[in-house]
Amino acid sequence: MTTTARTAPQTWVGQRVPRREDDRLVRGAGHFTDDVQAPNALHAAFVRSAIAAGTILSIDVAPALEVPGVHAVLTAADLGDPRLRAVLERPGFVATDMPLLASSRVRYCGEPIAVVLAEDPYCAEDGADAVLVDIDAHPAPVSIDDAGRHPLHDEAPDGVLVDLQMFEDESIEQALADSALVLEEGFRSARVNAAPMECRSVVADVDRRSGQLVVHLSTQVPHQVRSGIAQALGVAEHGIRVIAPDVGGGFGLKCVVGREEVVAAAAARRLGRAVRWSEDRVESLTASFTGHEQRYRVRAGFDADGRLTAIDADVEADIGAYSAYPFTCGVEPLMACTELPGVYRVGRYAARGRGYTTAKCPTAPYRGVSRPQIVLVMERLMDKAAARLGLDPIEIRRRNLITEFPYTGPNLITYEPGSYLESLERCEAAIDDAGWRRRAAQPAAGERYGIGIACFSERSAYGTPTMGARRMGMTPGYDVAHVRMDPTGHVTVTTGTCGHGQGHETTFAQIVADQLGITPDEVRIRQGDTDLSSYGWGTFASRSLVIGGTAIRNASVSLAESLKRVASDVLEADPRDISLRDGNAVIDNVVVPISELAARVHFRAHEHPDQPDHLLEARGESDPDGCFSNATHAALVRIDEGTGHVQVEDYIVVEDCGVVVNPMIVDGQVRGGVAQGIACALLEHLEYADDGQPLSGSFMDYLVPTACEIPEISIHHLETRNDGNPLGAKGMGEGGTIGAPAAVLSAVNDALRGTGAQLDCIPVLPHQVRAALHGDGSTSEETA
Amino acid sequence: MRDLHLITTEVNGTQHELVVESRRTLADMLREDLGLTGTHLGCEHGICGACTVLLDGEPVRACLVFGVQADGKQVRTVEDLADGEQLSPLQQAFSKHHALQCGFCTPGFLMLAESYLASRPAADKTEIREVVASNLCRCTGYQGIVDAIHEVATAQQAGPVQP
Ligand code: FES
Ligand code: FES
Repeated sequence: MTTTARTAPQTWVGQRVPRREDDRLVRGAGHFTDDVQAPNALHAAFVRSAIAAGTILSIDVAPALEVPGVHAVLTAADLGDPRLRAVLERPGFVATDMPLLASSRVRYCGEPIAVVLAEDPYCAEDGADAVLVDIDAHPAPVSIDDAGRHPLHDEAPDGVLVDLQMFEDESIEQALADSALVLEEGFRSARVNAAPMECRSVVADVDRRSGQLVVHLSTQVPHQVRSGIAQALGVAEHGIRVIAPDVGGGFGLKCVVGREEVVAAAAARRLGRAVRWSEDRVESLTASFTGHEQRYRVRAGFDADGRLTAIDADVEADIGAYSAYPFTCGVEPLMACTELPGVYRVGRYAARGRGYTTAKCPTAPYRGVSRPQIVLVMERLMDKAAARLGLDPIEIRRRNLITEFPYTGPNLITYEPGSYLESLERCEAAIDDAGWRRRAAQPAAGERYGIGIACFSERSAYGTPTMGARRMGMTPGYDVAHVRMDPTGHVTVTTGTCGHGQGHETTFAQIVADQLGITPDEVRIRQGDTDLSSYGWGTFASRSLVIGGTAIRNASVSLAESLKRVASDVLEADPRDISLRDGNAVIDNVVVPISELAARVHFRAHEHPDQPDHLLEARGESDPDGCFSNATHAALVRIDEGTGHVQVEDYIVVEDCGVVVNPMIVDGQVRGGVAQGIACALLEHLEYADDGQPLSGSFMDYLVPTACEIPEISIHHLETRNDGNPLGAKGMGEGGTIGAPAAVLSAVNDALRGTGAQLDCIPVLPHQVRAALHGDGSTSEETA
Repeated sequence: MRDLHLITTEVNGTQHELVVESRRTLADMLREDLGLTGTHLGCEHGICGACTVLLDGEPVRACLVFGVQADGKQVRTVEDLADGEQLSPLQQAFSKHHALQCGFCTPGFLMLAESYLASRPAADKTEIREVVASNLCRCTGYQGIVDAIHEVATAQQAGPVQP
């Protein structure tokens, strides 16, 4: 019946419980969307714009219909021109439609124009090649500066889709004037792709029995996708079932609704056949969601002791051609303006954020959403001020960190307790223990070393109160869980969150096991199916453990109460005296197996007439107001002066995400995040030609890091409980990605000390390092 | 006209006769024609290694090999690693060292490591890291993967592996 020994630890929470997911995944028996069997399915291939901006003059599908194996070709007109519309209900936001298939204008290279459906994917691609599209090309806006010159949307003639005057402060000029040091700096981060190893994928079919449109797809947010499909196609939501089976990574790319997936669903309804589509890597890199192309102009004041007096920030984001549904293009500028000060006290604060439309794939909320950038900005400011004021980089951070909690800053955020100073000091000690300074002081010929540090907090688990303040047309936030015990005493849990590698099936089971006195093996977690669970918001923004896990815990507590009531009947005792442990209900030395109680409730209900209905089913909810985990990251880099290559030699993370439910999984999230952050600092950037043609079309051009670019990462845990939920946990899924770019950039600049050059844009590429070292100054962004 | 070929190939110990189009990749043949969906496609241009399988014992990118090239050869995929319920030492080590998160890249890494350890049973960590760099994983940061393979290499050095 059970496979885990009854020598249970005191609590399952806190244990390195091996993942339940692994058995199927290491066997190759995982079930990803492209593995879903759909006999007789049609395969879709998209006809995409080869022009970055223009007017469609004609679409001739006739030659494609001649191609052997091609069954149909659909355009926007065939589908009734369905659209997705993401909305932000605030001044300064311009709502625009994203048509599923472009019919009049194209706004980026790779934009889908028609879909070819064929008997196999090879024929579908042949068909797509045969469709003739005539486009009258317009000048394409490919940068923030171009956006107003060549506006993409008639509704936004200045090319600005969102303009947020977030924080205004009349006294900021005075505060800056009174400061001992004022830095005026510019920073930039490149456009990047989340590049999950499994690209997007969909299989859509109408289930004859239920009449439902069943859509399997690789998503982080099944319910939101269902809403998107329902709205775009004008169908009742219960007529659609969205299932996310195993999902091969998402990182934010899969937390918005893709037009291709909705097209596949529309085509399945129209043609009465299953339709499948799996994005290839070229499409993913050139025509799927992107993130992080931002630039900052910041003025920062410091007093003579190095304390921040004021920040005035202008944040500009290149949001690409459309607002992604449902999060909108406001997601990056909003996040940046709200959270820029991070872990530091700042006297006065003003921030404006804008999003510009350009002829590139739209942005989605990529892992970390603007936090990698704002942390980079703050940490560069700290390093620059330290250098100018003759302070140690760690000392200046120490002087500015928030140390008293709760703290409400001029950005109107309240930070609950964290270990900001302690994490910095632990990190400093770890750097010493690892002998970094010694190594840095003894470079071999032609090498330089640098040490960089980054302090940050990671706001996570945004519930509806926080999301509501953002004023999206639909506000995500709460989550709901159901826990049901069957007659064998085993438990099935449904959750509205939807994991894609985070180990939910294990972590959530640990939480339930503790409440019910059973083992995690006796708990089955079901996720990613809109027919199974109540409306839930999926997995993004490090929300799943804090919100989904709390909902599950709350439901488990109710179920535990029910079990104790039944046990009290059987044992003739007060339910308050009964505890659940080791598979039993226990009072003093008398035990009754939980499985026996469960069997009684289900099979012999007549013996418990006083018990309520649905005794062994419970529902739990959670909708917190967000929380802050925190961390300090440190990187040791080695620069090859000859090639300009930067190697991250060693890496330290001191992190505090409150109570850790499964340390193995937390460490894995941190390491994976750091790898993505290192990549943003040193490797990854999507490039476009002047006419908007994407130049990074394969993994030959877009460099995802390999094992040789990522060092071993040592992780130290601090634990400041989150009193906002009974688990005591805080979100942590994005932290690695947030801290690493800043830590690595800081280390690179440390290695460049004495050269007079400073690099303030990521990624830092070898030719820029060489230029910095060899003093031609062409890549110096130092404006101070 | 489709250009079809009759081939004979042994996949995971079973003989198959198949009619495949000349342009059909080995990956599609395995996944679609034989239903062996453990082999994953992450890029279809030879970089990510998610599709790695063994062709006559050598690791190949199944997205870059045509199905017809398996004619008269033996193919081994991730589905062949476990012995029934019993996971192979590498599979067990991957789980123990948290060498997978989403698990999409995992079959490719396992097949890569399987062939590598067959030729270099006593590999050290530096070598393992270099070999592992042939494949991409977006989730783990690689440390668990390196540790898992190293543990199996160390155990192999110490003597026959006890499953
Ligand atoms: S799918 Fe074959 S190498 Fe990426
Ligand atoms: S575990 Fe997700 S790509 Fe490797």
